[in-house]
Amino acid sequence: MKKLATLALAGLMAAGPAMADLVFPSLSYRTGPYAAGGIPFADGYADYFTLLNERDGGIGGVMTSVPECETAYNTERGVECYEATRGEGALVYQPLSTGITYQLIPRVTADGIPLHTMGYGRTSAANGEVFEWVFNYPANYWDGASGIINYLLSENDGSLEGKKIVLLYHNSAYGREPIRTLEILSEQYGFELVQLAVDHPGQEQGNQWLTIRRERPDYVVMWGWGVMNQVAVQEAANIRFPMENFIGNWWAGAEHDVMPAGEGADGYLSLNMTGVGDLPVFDEIREYVHDRGLAAGDGSTLGSVLYIRGMYAAMLAAEAVAIAQEMYDEPNITAAMMRDGMEALSITEERMIELGMPGVGPAFEVSCANHGGPGMGRIQRWNAADQQWVTLTDFIAPDDSVTQPLIEEDSAAFAAENGIEARDCGM
Amino acid sequence: MFYREAGDFKTSYSADNQTFPIAFDRWRYYLVLFVAIVVIPLTISDYWANSLLLPFLIYAIAALGLNILTGYCGQSSFGTGGFMAVGAYTTYKLMTAFPWMDMVTITILSGVTTAIVGVLFGLPSLRIKGFYLAVATLAAQFFLVWLFNRVPWFYNYSASGMINSPERRMFGLAVTGPNAEVWVKYLFCLFFVIVLGWVARNLTRGSLGRQWMAIRDMDIAAEIIGVNPLRSKLSAFAISSFFVGVSGALLFSVYLGAAEVGEAFGIQKSFLVLFMIIIGGLGSIFGSFVGAAFMVLLPVLLKIIGVDLLGWPTDIVAHIQLVIVGALIVFFLIVEPHGLAQLWRLAKDKLRLWPFPH
Repeated sequence: MKKLATLALAGLMAAGPAMADLVFPSLSYRTGPYAAGGIPFADGYADYFTLLNERDGGIGGVMTSVPECETAYNTERGVECYEATRGEGALVYQPLSTGITYQLIPRVTADGIPLHTMGYGRTSAANGEVFEWVFNYPANYWDGASGIINYLLSENDGSLEGKKIVLLYHNSAYGREPIRTLEILSEQYGFELVQLAVDHPGQEQGNQWLTIRRERPDYVVMWGWGVMNQVAVQEAANIRFPMENFIGNWWAGAEHDVMPAGEGADGYLSLNMTGVGDLPVFDEIREYVHDRGLAAGDGSTLGSVLYIRGMYAAMLAAEAVAIAQEMYDEPNITAAMMRDGMEALSITEERMIELGMPGVGPAFEVSCANHGGPGMGRIQRWNAADQQWVTLTDFIAPDDSVTQPLIEEDSAAFAAENGIEARDCGM
Repeated sequence: MFYREAGDFKTSYSADNQTFPIAFDRWRYYLVLFVAIVVIPLTISDYWANSLLLPFLIYAIAALGLNILTGYCGQSSFGTGGFMAVGAYTTYKLMTAFPWMDMVTITILSGVTTAIVGVLFGLPSLRIKGFYLAVATLAAQFFLVWLFNRVPWFYNYSASGMINSPERRMFGLAVTGPNAEVWVKYLFCLFFVIVLGWVARNLTRGSLGRQWMAIRDMDIAAEIIGVNPLRSKLSAFAISSFFVGVSGALLFSVYLGAAEVGEAFGIQKSFLVLFMIIIGGLGSIFGSFVGAAFMVLLPVLLKIIGVDLLGWPTDIVAHIQLVIVGALIVFFLIVEPHGLAQLWRLAKDKLRLWPFPH
């Protein structure tokens, strides 16, 4: 029934009049306690599509448009934004919020619109056999958790026996995602896992840091977002916790997270799934977008970690569009074609160099069964003197033997809950 | 001209005591019901239903509930969000534990559970008043959110701590879940709004409502004339929480589909509903509806004007909304403490005399 409805919808959309634009709604948040992260991401996302319009005349000759809708990281507003922009022929949604993602997964599945949650959202969506319309390449939280532990293993000559690791997490669906992976890893490697939750919005952490001071953990791993990151780094600096033992995930590792703590933040580590530093594409963005007065926001975020990530998300979407256009020989693609394009997406090192962003992410391929990508991340360190992030390691691969069974289990639970029959991907 | 009592003769007490004694008013009310029940379901679009009408209906129930407690009985409460969470989590537990149960029963049972919890947190109201009671209900808000976060049993031990509403059908039509048609969801919520609105109206003009108002206006005097404060305060808490619980249940199961307690039922939700009754009108059934409509419509309206028509940046519009809501609350508290409902009442009184005021 659901498939029929989806097919009917896809048919309807294909039969309808050709849309003038390729529409990429941006459910951004430029207000509220999470705006510090939301603004650069939204700027990067919008600027890249503006660059494509100005430089190449859109994608495959069709102009792009990025209608923005303010969610304030609030799920109800996110749903309203989804409903408001859905009718405009939206090709893909990227809400940059795990809470909104959970709201949208059933909706996009019923409506047949792809949802791309890059490095956030529901981790088990990596299983394309169950989650036909949801993608989370190139990495997800469980990969991130495993990547951090792998990095710690390499730092400790392969053994974490008897170590104490604190997980400081945002008390929401987002922050709880890595817990199961870390629990399994803690059994496997024999380290003690202490979980400390920080409630929304994250300004109150005195109690948690007092516990950390008492427990004297070897490492603190943080799953934070928004103002919580800044407060945590400041608190860690206050109690003189060694920053080289404090590791954030990829949403807790941007400039604005560490700047407020000044010198105290020097040496803070974080995971990153995209590159840092200057990329050749920035010159083009300056030339075609900023100098023409078309920059999103105030234009000050160019080159920051989350700006790069927003731009990277836009690049992955644009590449998928190009692939879909080629597959169907149709420049005005529909959401269903977009989905097929995303599933056939292949990012190579050469292609990233061509696009002016060498090494911005790992090379990877998406397939029908695997919507999750390789899950690799880098470790970066904050250099407070130069005020920049320095990449420490190359892309670290996660331990698939740990995350894969969890993905299978969780996606099977979702399929059973919602009566979804897994697709056959011919494997 | 049309709006007057002249020529509208009552021959029985019940006719004189009815909710809409003026014929024109009565017909207007029937027209509104007709439009809501027949016209809207036939013409509704996805966007209108999901962004405006569903939240309006659901928040109207919450506002009715809080208005019974705060507007009629005078007991201030900041626990609305927490009580909505009780409704939502009861619904979730019932939906997953008893898949055969129909949604009307589940929603009513959620209301009943919330009523019991509401009475428990209403007990302090027998000893403390005003600010102190407000702080006690604030404690309820934080305690309930903490509880639903802390005890994994409430969210069935899911890894993310989110609750999801599975698909449930009534009369062969999906009411919850992503495949539910919007007109089904709309009618389902409308059913509860009409029934609960009717109940609230008749409770508040009956003896129980008069007891509440006596307590609100001066509790010692009320006690002297024979109003039992225990009974009336706790009944206000119970009935108010029932309404709020139903609204939380519908918010989760029909509207949101997935929820996280801290985010969906946090303190800001308590304030949202409180603003609704302050702007709409304390102690007025109509005010609850107007306030809910106002608070749901305002952000969408501002967004359409600011972003879609004028092309302003989305963040500026979001900030302007905060400014406007804040300014309006100050304005209403100073100029018209009885809210939009009082403006409506004044307009009606003027209309009754129009066009010959004197």
